[in-house]
Amino acid sequence: MNKKEWPLWEIFIRSKNGLNHKHVGSLHAADAEMAIENARDVYCRRNEGVSIWVVLSSQIVASDPDEADALYEPAKNKIYRHPTFYEIPKEVGHM
Amino acid sequence: MLSNEQLEKEFQAKIDAEIKIEPKDWMPDAYRKTLIRQISQHAHSEVVGMLPEGNWITRAPSLRSKVILLAKVQDEAGHGLYLYSAAETLGVDREELIEELHTGKAKYSSIFNYPTLTWADIGAIGWLVDGAAIANQVMLCRTSYGPYARAMVRICKEESFHQRQGYEIMMKMAQGTPEQRQMAQDALNRWWWPSLMMFGPPDDKSIHTAQSLKWKIKRQTNDELRQEFIDKTVKQAEFIGLTIPDPDLKWNEERQHYDYGPINWEEFYQVINGNGPCNRQRMRDRIKAHEEGAWVREAAIAYAEKKQAKKNAA
Amino acid sequence: MNIQEALLEYCLRLGDNSLIIGHRMSEWCGHGPILEQDIALINIALDHIGQARNWLTLAGEIEGKGRTEDDFAYKRDAHQFRNLLITEQPNGNWGDTLMRGFLFDTFNFYLHQILQHSKHEGIAAIAEKSLKEINYHVKYSSEWVIRLGDGTEVSHQKMQDALDNLWMFTGEMFEADEVDQLLLEESIGADLQQIKEAWNDHVREVIDEATLKIPESNWFQKGGKQGRHTEYLGYILAEMQFLPRAYPDAVW
Repeated sequence: MNKKEWPLWEIFIRSKNGLNHKHVGSLHAADAEMAIENARDVYCRRNEGVSIWVVLSSQIVASDPDEADALYEPAKNKIYRHPTFYEIPKEVGHM
Repeated sequence: MLSNEQLEKEFQAKIDAEIKIEPKDWMPDAYRKTLIRQISQHAHSEVVGMLPEGNWITRAPSLRSKVILLAKVQDEAGHGLYLYSAAETLGVDREELIEELHTGKAKYSSIFNYPTLTWADIGAIGWLVDGAAIANQVMLCRTSYGPYARAMVRICKEESFHQRQGYEIMMKMAQGTPEQRQMAQDALNRWWWPSLMMFGPPDDKSIHTAQSLKWKIKRQTNDELRQEFIDKTVKQAEFIGLTIPDPDLKWNEERQHYDYGPINWEEFYQVINGNGPCNRQRMRDRIKAHEEGAWVREAAIAYAEKKQAKKNAA
Repeated sequence: MNIQEALLEYCLRLGDNSLIIGHRMSEWCGHGPILEQDIALINIALDHIGQARNWLTLAGEIEGKGRTEDDFAYKRDAHQFRNLLITEQPNGNWGDTLMRGFLFDTFNFYLHQILQHSKHEGIAAIAEKSLKEINYHVKYSSEWVIRLGDGTEVSHQKMQDALDNLWMFTGEMFEADEVDQLLLEESIGADLQQIKEAWNDHVREVIDEATLKIPESNWFQKGGKQGRHTEYLGYILAEMQFLPRAYPDAVW
């Protein structure tokens, strides 16, 4: 990348207290402070947020989709982790 | 390792099963290229589209209409930005894309090469141009590439006020003084046909449509979308007493659609290829803004580096 | 001059400042150095024009002759405008615009900080509401002045030029006249002397951090508050007011 251009940042917004920050997109900024201000102007024009996280896109480490089977398949056959696996008599009530 | 053929088969199976493709997933080169071309064209259109409307911000006839127009044009900058971001997930820099726009390699919607001559044009753009854009964008909310679809969802949410503000301007003018009515009709006359061209060439002439439909980048054909738009818009024009400038326009009971007259595709290709009334002017303005901004972008980086160096030293 | 006349003048000054600088900033729309900053500057323009609408509406209420925000914005000529000269200066380059913003925003911030406690309820309410926006304007323009002043050699020079060119329009902000005196005595208006000190401190701090130099000249232009403007305002109005002037019977 041309050194003169502003790096790309990934933007995460908390829409209201009690909720997680959620990825909303990216933007360019010269530094972290500017990235936060730009995120406010770009992604919060309609009151969408109460808190902003910015992370340099180049700093994000992602899992490899080719390893998806190895990473996520094993969890699928552990159905005993889910409450619906167990049969409880109706008379017992909500559990 | 899977062969390319197998990968492609699996890829198409995912598409057929309505599973979204995400940035790091394997995808055919041609799919990536088509997306980059389409998303960047779309982004360029948003950004170039700021110019014809921006032309009237300083002349908006009331403070209310001034803030509305400003907010709307600003939204378009935002939409361009969301789309560039979506394109960047495919491994291109925004800077490269802008370079392609400025050197004429990349296209943008031909509609923005027409001039805005009166305030009624601001109404016509919101009503017709945004109306046509929305038809296309609603479809794209279901496009197969995840980041593109997410950008479109955000854009559609924000666009919903744009068409309404345009129609409101047209309505006020169509019901206003004789001069205002004349401006409104004149704007409709000038923007109607270019708006229909926005959906792209007819299906039998469209080189990208079949493959794009198979990949579910597009979900409806150009002609389908165009017909939908015409059917919706005719009533809206009638309601405010304006006449659509097409003598062949009439309801077809059998098809349950409006029939419409021939579109001047020669004009469309001429404008796309640089011969519209404002192509050169629009590119001059974009290039000027980018070049005159170079020292600002450079200085901001230089300052950020100095600050970082100071932080590291401390 | 009675209090009501002074109040009307005061609101027009506040409204016209916001309207004219907001209008100037709106000229940038679509022409900024990068999309992100185009969006940022337009947000500020929107704040200004929004504030102008509030002030001009209040002016109409105080006057009591049924004039609306648009009557004030679109049906007065240059000599009837009460904005500070600095607000009507041309955008120039990005640095000129941000320097103009910085010098004005700093003044505007301290002014509104005082006015939120004004004895006049209408003024206090608008000032309090605007202050949050202006607080951000000062932060934004101060950061840009520092960033560009201390950026590259090219940007440093451009910012010094901008400061040199605009400096003579800063003195007017603190020049109290009969209107200011009268409303200060009534605890409605702000003490410009007090603002001047705060302004000086912040401006010197930022300019210093930006590695720039404050010009030595103490000779300042004035007149905007009384309706004597630079040549630029006439053209701003010719453009802004064109439609309502050309079609006086039309409703838009």
